[in-house]
Amino acid sequence: MYSKSMEPRIVGTAVPRKEAAAKVTGTAQYVDDVSLPGMLHGVTVRSGHPRALIRHIHFGDGIPWHEFTIVTARDIPGRNIVTLIFDDQPFLADGEINHPEEPVLLLAHENKDMVRRARQHVFIDYDPLPAIFDIDEALQAKTIIWGEDNVFKRYCIEKGDVDAVWSQADFIVEGEYSTEAQEQLYIEPQGMLATWDPETGITVRGSMQCPFYVQKALMPLFNLPAEKVRVIQQETGGAFGGKEEYPSMIAGHAALLAWKSGRPVKMIYDREEDMAATTKRHPSRTRHRTAVSRDGRLLAMDIEFIIDGGAYATLSSVVLSRGTIHAAGPYRCDNIRVRSTAVATNTPPHGAFRGFGAPQSLFAIERHMNKVARTLGLTPEEFRRRNFLRQGDSTATGQLIKQPLDLARLQQRALQLAGYADKLERFSRLNREGTRKKGIGFSTFMHGAGFTGSGERHLQSVVHLEARADGTVCVLSSMTEMGQGTNTILAQIAAEALGTSYEQVQVLRPDTAQVPNSGPTVASRTAMVIGRLVQSAALSLKEKLLQAALLQPGYTPEQFQSACREYICSIGPLKTSAQYEEPPGVHWDDEKYRGEAYGAFSWAVHVAEVTVDTVTGEIQLDDFVALQEVGRVLNPVLARGQIEGGVAQAIGYALYEKVVWRDGGMANNQMTNYIMPTAMDLPPIRVYFEEIPYEHGAMGAKGIGELPMDGPAPAILNAVENALGISFCHIPLLPEDVLSELSVAREAALDLAGSVV
Amino acid sequence: MRSFVPDYELVVAARLNDALDMLAEGWRPIAGGTDLMVLFNAGKLPYRKLVSIRRVKELSSIEESETEISIGAAVTYTHIRQHPVLRQEFPLLCSAASWTGSIANQNRGTLGGNIINASPAADSSPVLLVYDAELELISLRGTRRIPYCDFHLGYKKMQIRDDELLRSIHLPRKTENRRSYIRKVGPRQAQAISKVCFAATARLRGSAIDEVRIAAGSVAPVPLRCHATESVLRGQSISPDLIETAANAIAAEVQPITDIRSTRDYRRAVTANLLKQFLQTLA
Amino acid sequence: MAECSVSFTVNGRIQSVTVPPMKRLLDVLREDLNLTGTKEGCGEGECGACAVLLNDELVNSCLVPVRDASGARICTIEGVPAAGQLHRLQQAFIEAGAAQCGICTPGMIMAGLQLLSRCPHPTLEEIREGLSGNLCRCTGYMRIFEAIQNVAQSSE
Repeated sequence: MYSKSMEPRIVGTAVPRKEAAAKVTGTAQYVDDVSLPGMLHGVTVRSGHPRALIRHIHFGDGIPWHEFTIVTARDIPGRNIVTLIFDDQPFLADGEINHPEEPVLLLAHENKDMVRRARQHVFIDYDPLPAIFDIDEALQAKTIIWGEDNVFKRYCIEKGDVDAVWSQADFIVEGEYSTEAQEQLYIEPQGMLATWDPETGITVRGSMQCPFYVQKALMPLFNLPAEKVRVIQQETGGAFGGKEEYPSMIAGHAALLAWKSGRPVKMIYDREEDMAATTKRHPSRTRHRTAVSRDGRLLAMDIEFIIDGGAYATLSSVVLSRGTIHAAGPYRCDNIRVRSTAVATNTPPHGAFRGFGAPQSLFAIERHMNKVARTLGLTPEEFRRRNFLRQGDSTATGQLIKQPLDLARLQQRALQLAGYADKLERFSRLNREGTRKKGIGFSTFMHGAGFTGSGERHLQSVVHLEARADGTVCVLSSMTEMGQGTNTILAQIAAEALGTSYEQVQVLRPDTAQVPNSGPTVASRTAMVIGRLVQSAALSLKEKLLQAALLQPGYTPEQFQSACREYICSIGPLKTSAQYEEPPGVHWDDEKYRGEAYGAFSWAVHVAEVTVDTVTGEIQLDDFVALQEVGRVLNPVLARGQIEGGVAQAIGYALYEKVVWRDGGMANNQMTNYIMPTAMDLPPIRVYFEEIPYEHGAMGAKGIGELPMDGPAPAILNAVENALGISFCHIPLLPEDVLSELSVAREAALDLAGSVV
Repeated sequence: MRSFVPDYELVVAARLNDALDMLAEGWRPIAGGTDLMVLFNAGKLPYRKLVSIRRVKELSSIEESETEISIGAAVTYTHIRQHPVLRQEFPLLCSAASWTGSIANQNRGTLGGNIINASPAADSSPVLLVYDAELELISLRGTRRIPYCDFHLGYKKMQIRDDELLRSIHLPRKTENRRSYIRKVGPRQAQAISKVCFAATARLRGSAIDEVRIAAGSVAPVPLRCHATESVLRGQSISPDLIETAANAIAAEVQPITDIRSTRDYRRAVTANLLKQFLQTLA
Repeated sequence: MAECSVSFTVNGRIQSVTVPPMKRLLDVLREDLNLTGTKEGCGEGECGACAVLLNDELVNSCLVPVRDASGARICTIEGVPAAGQLHRLQQAFIEAGAAQCGICTPGMIMAGLQLLSRCPHPTLEEIREGLSGNLCRCTGYMRIFEAIQNVAQSSE
């Protein structure tokens, strides 16, 4: 147990990232850096149609097809389904096409150029079927493309009785908000390298977040037991959710080619394919109807939240769940109803992306709160202050806030750090003249860490710790390092709890043959949930040494190492493990969607300062303050990097990143045309933490990774509203939208002036 | 989709005549590769036989005479940005060079390549139009000079024959007393393909506009010199009415399209707004 | 078509390869010379992950046909440490937390080296511009700016 009286030596310090030297010297091994003797290169032939029946596949002239390994759905030895939540997505289309990037056929050849050329010589004839491309078409259900009604999942949260309130409300404020798809755009495209051996089975290595997801998907594909499907993570060049579930697909493809050819097969997507074919953030539409009293109290919140899941269910149900639970924001209200739906369309499936539904629904609530405040004639900060959740209150799902929570103070501090009051006053003066209008705005929000509801209980995550004969200790878990700092913080936690040095703790690269299943590396769960298990396993290991009288309390790291050596020499292997145990008092009702949705929430206030150029509609960010309460900060440099990076992605989400769709496919699938922020586009991102240790988290830590994705977009649009007096309700907010609204506003002003004269 | 690499040939010309010989035999020139290699990587490069002109000395220098500055076609953006005379006399060109691609692409990309790639969105084109640039074309048959404003005939169509090479770009040195303006509007602050790129110069006599040149990129199938708008302004004194009239004129003169990067209405409105902004600096 | 023989100096060593002339320098480095520290992020000169120094100038190696690099002096990330010691920019990246997932890091370091060689004491604006051709999705660039600033300050 971490005790407050004991000053931590390692946790809370900026130890360097474990794999930093390998990364700055270019020696870190990403999947495309690995080659095996006799290796073939694999490619995927995709449908190119949003919805159709396959009539015939034929192979063009001029290609030595006999040199190729070719795999179609008919070759699959086991089940042609990518196992995840619902069993609906095939590895390879079998007769039916449901989106334009659907894999139909696989090719492999030892010459990379040759296999790329061959891909262009496979011709598929189709009978086209009617397709649907957006939420409205899906809900209209004139064309049914999935199930009975195009609906993957519905949830309903009911707290109190919303409908009993409307008649008593002083004001009822309605609003509609929408967000578009966003590409994860990790800089390392996806890739896998598979080998097949009749004795040992399938081995795949590659870029991924969740090795055990991949294993679970490959076992039925080949009808193989777990011990014959080995999955190894290579260094992973960014993921952000985009490598949560799609790697199972690529791994399956590479493995099928390896199995059929008997040779190692590498499949590396190029950027265009990666952007077009892999998952993106779900587009969303949220409608709010809010009842408030004249004195600014929230009386009822009725929220409808809809996301577009694309052609297959993949993770839509869980993305929807998180969006639903976060939809009411960090506010207390006795009457809340959130009805949510995930629908099917004929685009590639949308998937996980940092925040996972919460950025969508929080965008809506944080824009809407400003609208309600304006209706009441209150400032956005005062209206929020009157309605913030506090310790002892309950959330939309009825989760009691047990931890100390003072959002009013957090808001006040963030606004002070940003110079909010002064700037509001100064900008309103400055904006009377000129073409450059300045504005400032903020958002207040939370993010639940770990799996939702009973999720962590079902996962039953396990972590092992093992001492080596040289006195070092190795952490064995399936948590993947993808840039966020897993290796480093788990080593810090272990070293701290063991009383050894950071350098003496190694973190094993996830390999299903060597590490236990600690669940997937998603949902901001690594530090809080898995870190906690590492801490427990470390304390048991230390206890063994103390019990064996090889250590006395007050030992040094050197004494610890020699104790390990001695234990292994004289007693035997020194290995401990820890399994997840639910903290007491956690109840979750999956039917009613009520109870403790998350072990803990992290909380934040973000403040954005913008300049809008009314000549071009361009929005420039001048300053950004991110203040958050994430429990104990395990490593200040890594934590700051998480916040800065998340804010940068969210700035892209708000102002730059637009997926242009054409017949269900991404038309701007190049880095030149899908616009993410460069070093020239970002403001100074000023990061501040409040630390309130969470008793059930590792050394007091809560989740951090997703939180910074949630708040910037509404903060920025609130700032734009402050600058222009125009309320935008859709992201990305592009200069085209701004200029068009400005001209509408100008016309309206002229009309008004005319009518007055 | 990648190109099939073994299908392609590339030779590196050491001297101008070697390059011209090869062009006469049907080879196509490649300079910095910042456009053609993108096409090549995407499997969209239509030529199979390429001659690199990057190392041809005659194409890689910036020469000064009394009356003009001559920029070799293979001079890089980095070279242009750093050149003291260009910085002094042709600052718009240096600005445009600094906005083209990234540092790495400016180290490779060439002014000549940018012209021959003939993108309507090229950032240097409006600048060359307002500086009254002339192009010198060379082939085994000799050389000829044509005004840059006559060079682009239609989308990716140019006044250049297959055996001709763009040798150099000439800028007349009569820029003193001119007010100049340039602005690029792109999707972000760096590494951006322009939604609108606008350049203008003007000389005032008293309060009247004595001479004015206006050009814009990404608003027509070719980089557009806005003659009609210029004629609205020439000889007139700046006034709010004139600014409005000129803005309407340029909105009518440009012919932008909607594509994956922006919309027709936006490009038209921004061009008019940039013209207003320029004219307000003259008032 | 015929392959051609191309020679150049890579990280101080003379290297010769026989490859198609339009093969990208990036692929030659990675496949023929096994220098896999140079990464491919986009294949269109947009992300900078493949940046190397070619005759001391930063270039995107995905846009350089190998034959066009014949005779050149090339420096890749593998050639940055000197005498087995990390370059101080590499050290600064580690200390500032400038590398997260690490995939943009080799190119980012090459861009940083180019910037510091042209401008040993860059302003923040110069740093932003110098790195603007290298996309990073993890850091929001702030830690990278800090690493460059730390090197510039330490050399004062």
